[in-house]
Amino acid sequence: MNALLHKLWSVAIVLLLLPTGSPLAQSEPAGISADSVLQQLPGASLKKTGELIGQLEQAGGAEMRPLFEVMLAGELYFVKESKQIIAITKTERRTYIGRDVFGKAALGEFTSREIKKIRVNNRLRSQLRETLARIDLLHGSKLAQKQAVLAMLDDLNDKNMRLLTTAQQSGVDGEVARLIDLAAAMVQLRDSRVSEERLEAIGVMSGQLEPAVRNQLQRLVNDAQEQDLAVRAAAQKALDKISERIEFFGQLEQLFFGLSLGSVLLLAAIGLAITFGVMGVINMAHGEMIMLGAYTTYVIQQLFPGAIAYSLLIAVPAAFLVSGSVGVLIERGVIRHLQGRPLETILATFGISLILQQAVRSIFSPLNMQVVTPSWMSGSLVINPVFSVTYNRLYILLFALAIFAALVVVLKKSSLGLNVRAVSQNRDMAKAMGVRTEMVDAMTFGLGSGIAGVAGVALSQLTNVGPNLGQSYIIDSFMVVVFGGVGNLLGTLVGGFSLGVANKFLEPSMGAVLANIIVLVGLILFIQKRPKGLFPQRGRAAE
Amino acid sequence: MSVLNSLAQASSRLLAAMRQPGRGTSWLVGILLVVTLAMSAANLLLPADSPFYVSTYTITLMGKYLCFAMLAMAVDIVWGYCGILSLGHGAFFALGGYGMGMYLMRQIGDRGVYGNPDLPDFMVFLNWQELPWYWFGMDQFWFAIFMALLVPGTLAFVFGWLAFRSRVTGVYLSIMTQALTYALMLAFFRNEMGFGGNNGLTDFKDILGFDLQADATRVALLLVTTFLVVLTFLASRTIVQSRLGRVIVAVRDAEARTRFLGYRTEHYKVWLFVYSALIAAVAGMLYVPQVGIINPGEFSPLNSIEVVVWVAVGGRGTLYGAIVGALLVNYAKTRFTALMPDAWLFALGALFVIVTVYLPRGLAGLFGRATELMYRRPDTGKDKTTRDDGLSVAEVGA
Repeated sequence: MNALLHKLWSVAIVLLLLPTGSPLAQSEPAGISADSVLQQLPGASLKKTGELIGQLEQAGGAEMRPLFEVMLAGELYFVKESKQIIAITKTERRTYIGRDVFGKAALGEFTSREIKKIRVNNRLRSQLRETLARIDLLHGSKLAQKQAVLAMLDDLNDKNMRLLTTAQQSGVDGEVARLIDLAAAMVQLRDSRVSEERLEAIGVMSGQLEPAVRNQLQRLVNDAQEQDLAVRAAAQKALDKISERIEFFGQLEQLFFGLSLGSVLLLAAIGLAITFGVMGVINMAHGEMIMLGAYTTYVIQQLFPGAIAYSLLIAVPAAFLVSGSVGVLIERGVIRHLQGRPLETILATFGISLILQQAVRSIFSPLNMQVVTPSWMSGSLVINPVFSVTYNRLYILLFALAIFAALVVVLKKSSLGLNVRAVSQNRDMAKAMGVRTEMVDAMTFGLGSGIAGVAGVALSQLTNVGPNLGQSYIIDSFMVVVFGGVGNLLGTLVGGFSLGVANKFLEPSMGAVLANIIVLVGLILFIQKRPKGLFPQRGRAAE
Repeated sequence: MSVLNSLAQASSRLLAAMRQPGRGTSWLVGILLVVTLAMSAANLLLPADSPFYVSTYTITLMGKYLCFAMLAMAVDIVWGYCGILSLGHGAFFALGGYGMGMYLMRQIGDRGVYGNPDLPDFMVFLNWQELPWYWFGMDQFWFAIFMALLVPGTLAFVFGWLAFRSRVTGVYLSIMTQALTYALMLAFFRNEMGFGGNNGLTDFKDILGFDLQADATRVALLLVTTFLVVLTFLASRTIVQSRLGRVIVAVRDAEARTRFLGYRTEHYKVWLFVYSALIAAVAGMLYVPQVGIINPGEFSPLNSIEVVVWVAVGGRGTLYGAIVGALLVNYAKTRFTALMPDAWLFALGALFVIVTVYLPRGLAGLFGRATELMYRRPDTGKDKTTRDDGLSVAEVGA
């Protein structure tokens, strides 16, 4: 960095000996020329600045990229005295903090009188954007190249096309090559008067999802002066294919949202499914276990503000422990005394849920808490121009499946799982065989509540964390359990995802609330047909 | 058919009960009537500075409590006598209330903020051009009352018919009822529903031409409420003491056995559920003019489940326990929320836990055990399941 500064100064000295703006400067070798052009920037007129940008690009190429970016952001200044070019960040207190354009070295504070802005207008900005795209295309990473081509699709002038051809010859592959071919086809369709060529171009464009393609085809179809009917028909066909694909991806997006909602429902319901399956009681405080998990995440982030990236990894076991131990306490303290009275259990656990909510309100606040999303969970995975999935939903979907798998393993392979299954199938018989049902009850309740806590960690990334977070999940979770069939984890999985997907597919046509109601009514009707859910437990009970 | 027969019998017994109130519970009717009459007289006849003067606020508060008592009775009939734990009775209450609210809304006429003679204020605010079809006729008192009974009754019938026919019982049924009221709450929060959305219906002016703010109207409403509470109480007691009532208790204690004996248990349950829903609706209708507002919050699951705890505190399966429980808990709520607003939810939560764990039969259970020890009436054996104090031979918990 210092080396570059040094260079600038030395060039400045050289320039003192030369008349500024001399034609000689432009014909000089690239390295020196970039610096000399830079020296002309301070005080140049807008028109002159435009020319200078072009020269800089020719001379400096990719090296000049930071300069153009700073300029585009309107942060390029020069020091009045030394004519040194710097980047300036304005703070809220109206002070000006300088830094080097080509690096991050801080240059200290300036007053507004010491510096002057290098002005840009809209024309210059678009020129800068083009220049940046060109630099990215020829020298950038694959992602930068792709974005550069995408930007050019909207404005396919000769200059851009030449650039794309150059890029193609210099060797690109995959996605970028496809986009360049697409651009060539678009130009061919636009410029060519030969029917076959144009049809061929439409063939390439057909089904491509980039908005520019669609716009061009749409214009062609709407163009009343277009004489070539075959071309127009082909364009219409290509458009239809595009809309078909967009619709397909729209459906795919709905499906993803549905699966995402389903994963949340699964996480919330799976703990309930275990406790309800084994003990036949509904824990109305189940939603509050979810809430406790979310608050645990919040507390962990407050305790370790430096380790936000790992906070969720710590929060998962912590939330399991917090909610799990509260669950065991509830079981030992209250539910044990209500053995065989499931309706009273509903009331008692509802009371507990009120107490927990109020406790959280008193300890924290009635307001929502701010839970930070770690950087690895934000952003989205762009699959094509009309379909992308956000990372947080994707991870939560995977997380829910992982939890589900872990639980299945616990229930099928461990001795606790064996006992749990025995008690859920026939409590008295299990007891007679020496299973300590009391112990199993407590453990089951702890496990179910712990998983609710883990669900809370996941939910803290999707919704607001407040005292009422859990309240809305109890009905939905219960619906999932009922739909899937009691005492059956696979049923919970299928139930969660089908309710989630059904909800999201109904939503666009009738709104979220009505979709919710329809699903509810549908479920009540479903129970008419299959009172024991999708996957009923087999047995010989009379009722 | 047996249901109809039983209903006919029940009505004849109602008349008998009116003439000769049963022992043990008539004191409650007496106290209710005496207290409300005394309060009314004290409010209307005494000057405001008299030490015995009862403020209009207290009158209204009492009226509100009695509406809740009626709602609690409705829950007690299905839960205490038939083992159907409904966590959604607030829905029927609120639907009845909305029926009355619509009538009161139409009575405002052009005295609203926007002065539109036909449209309620919130519709003018939403730029609606004309009254939705379901608002027509609601300016007629008799029609509004009819609708306020018909809608909750039909809802209870359809829901009950669907649920009981497929033998949805116990925990399943409880959560279904909660889901029902939750869904209705979501629906009524929507502005497009045409019921005032979030704000509900309010700013009522008068009922049947009487000013709602006037003391006399308030007292009259209290007296009407008391009268209907007493009437409901007597009617319900007659029903549960009849042959029909005994079948209902049998359904609670051993539904499968009752069915095997040849009773169509689901029919009994459906009709009892509808009866209970109608009582809840009447309570809602009386509640709205006294409180002066009805909004979707009344549908919230918490409200419905609170009613259940009133019944549990008073003692389920006794009817009078429901009234006592509703009055006590609501009085406590009024005092508590004024003194320590934050502590109320703690107290309510603790009440849920303590009553269910330690007092499964509520205060009536305590009281009943005490009187039993004192009097020790000889057992006739025949009427074992439905004695006046409602303590059944079966274990608590269905």
